[in-house]
Amino acid sequence: MHMMYFTEQPMAAYDAKAGLDFGATALNFSNSHFDPNEGSRLYNEYLEEYILAEECGADGIMLNEHHNAPFCMQARTNMFGAILAAVTKRVKIVFLGNPLPLTENPVQLAEELAMIDMISKGRVVSGFVRGGGQEQLANGVNPAFNRERFIEAHDLVQKTWTVPGPFRWEGTHYQQRVVNPWAIPMQKPYPRVWIPGVLSKETVIWTAQQRYPYIALNTSIEATKTIHETYDKAAADAGYTAGPENFGYLIRVHVQDTEEKALQNARQFMWMQGEFTGLANPVWANPAGYFSPSGRRGFVEFAVGRAKNPRGNPTFEQQVADTMIIAGTPDQVIERLKYLVRETRPGIMGIWGNDGTVSKEDRRRCIQLLCGEVMPAIKEYAAGLGLNDPWEANAPVHLRYSTDIPGLRQAAE
Amino acid sequence: MSVVWTDTVEEIAGIKLHVSRAGSGPTVLVLHHDIGTVDRLPFYDALAAKFDVVIPHHPGWGKSQRAEWMRHPRDIAAVHAWLLAELGAPHASLLGLGFGGWVAAEMASLAPTVYRKLVLVGAMGIKPPEGDIADQAIVSYIVYPMSGFHDEAAFKANYGDVSTDQLEAWDIAREMSFRVAWKPYMYSQTLPHLLGGVRAPALIIWGDDDRIVPLSAGQAYAKALPEATLTTIPACGHFAEMEKPDAVARLAIDFLSR
Repeated sequence: MHMMYFTEQPMAAYDAKAGLDFGATALNFSNSHFDPNEGSRLYNEYLEEYILAEECGADGIMLNEHHNAPFCMQARTNMFGAILAAVTKRVKIVFLGNPLPLTENPVQLAEELAMIDMISKGRVVSGFVRGGGQEQLANGVNPAFNRERFIEAHDLVQKTWTVPGPFRWEGTHYQQRVVNPWAIPMQKPYPRVWIPGVLSKETVIWTAQQRYPYIALNTSIEATKTIHETYDKAAADAGYTAGPENFGYLIRVHVQDTEEKALQNARQFMWMQGEFTGLANPVWANPAGYFSPSGRRGFVEFAVGRAKNPRGNPTFEQQVADTMIIAGTPDQVIERLKYLVRETRPGIMGIWGNDGTVSKEDRRRCIQLLCGEVMPAIKEYAAGLGLNDPWEANAPVHLRYSTDIPGLRQAAE
Repeated sequence: MSVVWTDTVEEIAGIKLHVSRAGSGPTVLVLHHDIGTVDRLPFYDALAAKFDVVIPHHPGWGKSQRAEWMRHPRDIAAVHAWLLAELGAPHASLLGLGFGGWVAAEMASLAPTVYRKLVLVGAMGIKPPEGDIADQAIVSYIVYPMSGFHDEAAFKANYGDVSTDQLEAWDIAREMSFRVAWKPYMYSQTLPHLLGGVRAPALIIWGDDDRIVPLSAGQAYAKALPEATLTTIPACGHFAEMEKPDAVARLAIDFLSR
């Protein structure tokens, strides 16, 4: 099992009351509430914490990005990826991921990732996402073409990484006269691509069709099993059998030396869920055209306040009871994680360790216990269950490199 | 006299276009807003009492089929010009409401001598010299149309408690608006330069409290079109034909009858 450390890099050093008064802490919540001195402090602390996670034994560092919001300070995931490429030695640098539709130039994205792959000496895992609705609005990108752009940008990046240039790209959303970047990835055929997601069935099916691992982002156990069923079926249709190496799972886990302290800090996970920050406007999160048309009717009712959030709004206690949040001493956390791993059988696990205003001292202690004690125990347990990650399973990077599908014309590596 | 409307489906550019038609006399093509249109309005009836009124749903809006390839209101303009040819009324007058006003202006700029007269009501399509066209992307489905009325009671009179079907139609209309007019939002940088050739006399009508398209855009239209008159309606928002149907109908009928 591959186990990686994750934090949203919260920028919690702002006036919480201002967010509550405004009624939202995303997109239009003014950046006049952002203090760059605090930002500088936090960026550097988070960087030190990633290094600590590697020292303590994490297999990977998972990175992401968001825009116009205090819950995530990373506006460009490749920036931290580039820094980590230089200052870490062993961990995988796992982008989950670059929001493909936001780019106007997928070739440049392919170049950047290739540079990071070379600087890190082949440690990049290049996840891709559609990006949330408000990310489209924050970047002026048309939400109505989000999925089309995602797929076309992926295909262009993939071709850029695998087909010698120069070539020309005349697509629907992207046209490039000359594709011939001199920076190409060190890993062959190209860096592993993992696709994280929350609920979009279309994305699960597309991911299975590529044979990329799908990383469920803190979905309920029940929802996770449904995702696996959808993936399994699409995999079978594509001619292969999905295994644990095709699945990842991100879970909020906070560890401290005492249960009391762990639970107290874990309450900060509610910060991003809006319990004490104010929530985003639904039409920012799901602008027209972004959402699957099958969900349109339910969504419009939610958006005008006539229906409850289809994703629900469970309390902290409920989320702890449902294993959506795990908090406690290392022994307690190991026991809960074993249950989760048994139930969902992932080959990849992301551990979202810290959120909100957890102190620097407690964040570091959490990382020491997580990466030093919890991860080794879970990896050993997972090995016993045969939960192999993509490297252990020697899984193909993409469906086209499969050797176990009769009739498939295998691509050259 | 009650007006009898006939709904048909016309196949234009591979798209099944929903078209309502009523009345007799010179043809007037009515082009609806970015939020689509309800099937019948007192304003439409008033026009149909004097003219042959043709009201298509834009491709992708309401009951018209979506054109996946469509990328700009100029494409919609070409579709409606094709529709008029198909209906045997190529020299119709054009009456554009809001976003439909942009489409009408595109049609006129592409065929400067073809259309009889041009009526633009709170038309989008030109970057307002002062202020911005309101961005519907960041407000809720009800907030946006409501902001297009001077008086909330007029919104209620037209939409009542707003059915879920209507909300869904607004979401689809919004998606279509994004597909054809996302960037720059709701205006063309080239249109103002192309309006000078239009030979049709134009009447430009604006609600004096249009919070969606600033009046300065109306002034810009009046300046760019060679033969144009700008008239404002007091205590009226962007959706003028719904908020002040009598006033808009009177102005339009008087102008189109001359």
